[in-house]
Amino acid sequence: MTSVELDSVSHWYGNVVAVNDITMTIGPGVTGLLGPNGAGKSTLLHMIGGFLEPSRGRLTVGGSPSWRNPDLYRQIGIITERESAYGFLTGAEFVQATARLQGCPDPAAAARRAIGLVDMVGPMNRRISTYSKGMRQRIRVAAALVHDPEILLLDEPFNGMDPRQRLHMMDLLGRLGEQGRTIVFSSHILEEVEQLSGTIQVMVAGRLAASGDFRAIRRLMTSRPHVFVVRSGDDRRLGAALIGRPAVNGVELTPKGLQVRASDYGAFSADIARLARDEGIRLRELLPADESLESVFAYLVTS
Amino acid sequence: MTGLARTGRKSGITMPIYNRTVAAITLRAALGRKRALLFAVPPLILVGVSALLRLSHPADPAWPARILGDFGFSVVLPLTALIIGTSVLGAEIEDGTIVHLLATPVPRRTIILTKFVIATVATMVFAAVPELVAGLIATGGTTRLAVGLFVGALFGAVIYNALFVCLSVATTRALALGLFYVLLWEGVLANFVAGARILSVGHYALALASAVVRDPALKPGVNLATAVVMGAIVTVLALAVAVRKLASFSLRGDAA
Repeated sequence: MTSVELDSVSHWYGNVVAVNDITMTIGPGVTGLLGPNGAGKSTLLHMIGGFLEPSRGRLTVGGSPSWRNPDLYRQIGIITERESAYGFLTGAEFVQATARLQGCPDPAAAARRAIGLVDMVGPMNRRISTYSKGMRQRIRVAAALVHDPEILLLDEPFNGMDPRQRLHMMDLLGRLGEQGRTIVFSSHILEEVEQLSGTIQVMVAGRLAASGDFRAIRRLMTSRPHVFVVRSGDDRRLGAALIGRPAVNGVELTPKGLQVRASDYGAFSADIARLARDEGIRLRELLPADESLESVFAYLVTS
Repeated sequence: MTGLARTGRKSGITMPIYNRTVAAITLRAALGRKRALLFAVPPLILVGVSALLRLSHPADPAWPARILGDFGFSVVLPLTALIIGTSVLGAEIEDGTIVHLLATPVPRRTIILTKFVIATVATMVFAAVPELVAGLIATGGTTRLAVGLFVGALFGAVIYNALFVCLSVATTRALALGLFYVLLWEGVLANFVAGARILSVGHYALALASAVVRDPALKPGVNLATAVVMGAIVTVLALAVAVRKLASFSLRGDAA
């Protein structure tokens, strides 16, 4: 059992704070790092993987600091976001070379096993330069898994994968997590994280905004105040009716329609159709006005 | 871990200094690309010019030392070393593939030394051997001049590559800085300012060649002892800095 411990870890590039005072413990199983682009997810993963020195705080993997500690790579597999692999090698040569660098006793067998895990046996004798983005990603995962690491770190692993490959990868990571390995992956897509991980760490602007079970995080996200723009047959009358509802905090009549601030996403969504029908008002358009991921995350930070 | 290994006397810990897998990847990355054809251009020019001069001025004793000493040691040797030395590691750092190598327990010193050995041997093949061939053509046999220049070029290949491998891991502008060093420091400054020659790898190489050839036309700017000591210091220092830099290799994150 190998766990990752972060104690008040920060990292800054010059004046820019990328990771700000994060304390967490990541244990066996799948953990998703969720956050918008630029939230500091990659910086955090790079620090865990020993590719960046924490500016402040203490970070250990299995009890040892990961910075300037190459021996730790016997226990860690890492896949960075930047899609790079030796294009002049075949997939099999690449994974086998990694097995030799990792000091596997039987590199050929280790490579075969890892390539089988990511479903790349068919194209393994083709040069990596001929692979699609998804195939390159999978062969990189095979290389990261070739020495059977306790910890697997993946930065945006589903980028460039088609839905079938994505499902396959999710299934693989899920199984590795169930085997007791510590799998940490980053994503800016809630659904990816939700499907795969039991534990979610939400990062916004370098800080840990929320942490815990995905259901709790999902609830936090959907029960936040939402702003909707509603266009109907009679905006004024609909507005008057809406303001009497408990799920509505405010209504504003604008040239584009009614701007409604709902206190509860779920209750409002269920309410509005019924209300319009009862009042005999025709609903023409119902648009969430602040559904960007950034606004969802921004809410989580302030909540 | 494959490859040669040296065993520490006190601790008994194996300290590999060369890794065959790293070497194989480096060789395929450096020489498998079309860029490798570039390596062959300067030495071909050197051998071609020597052959032409041999045909046109067979009796003139002055030109072989000048062409092979000046053109060979100030252009062919440093530029070949620069292209090879900065690419064996620099290309991988630039395209991000170095992460695959660094995400393994292979000691950073092993990576640097292996890359250095590959770059040095390749430079010897593409610069020192052509220097010997050109010397043989120019002087019409296994003369002291041909052998001396070959030995000097071997020596220069070692020091230049330590320097350029170090530059490639220490800065993203290794090629530009290397060119600055070769063209401005060695090419211009060292010709006019005597003090600059003490830090000129080209003059170390010439000093060694000159010690074998004993031809005044080679004009090394430093004596043999200085060349050997300084060459050793520069090589060891450059490799030590390179290992240190590689051990602290950092990936920039998303918020930068």
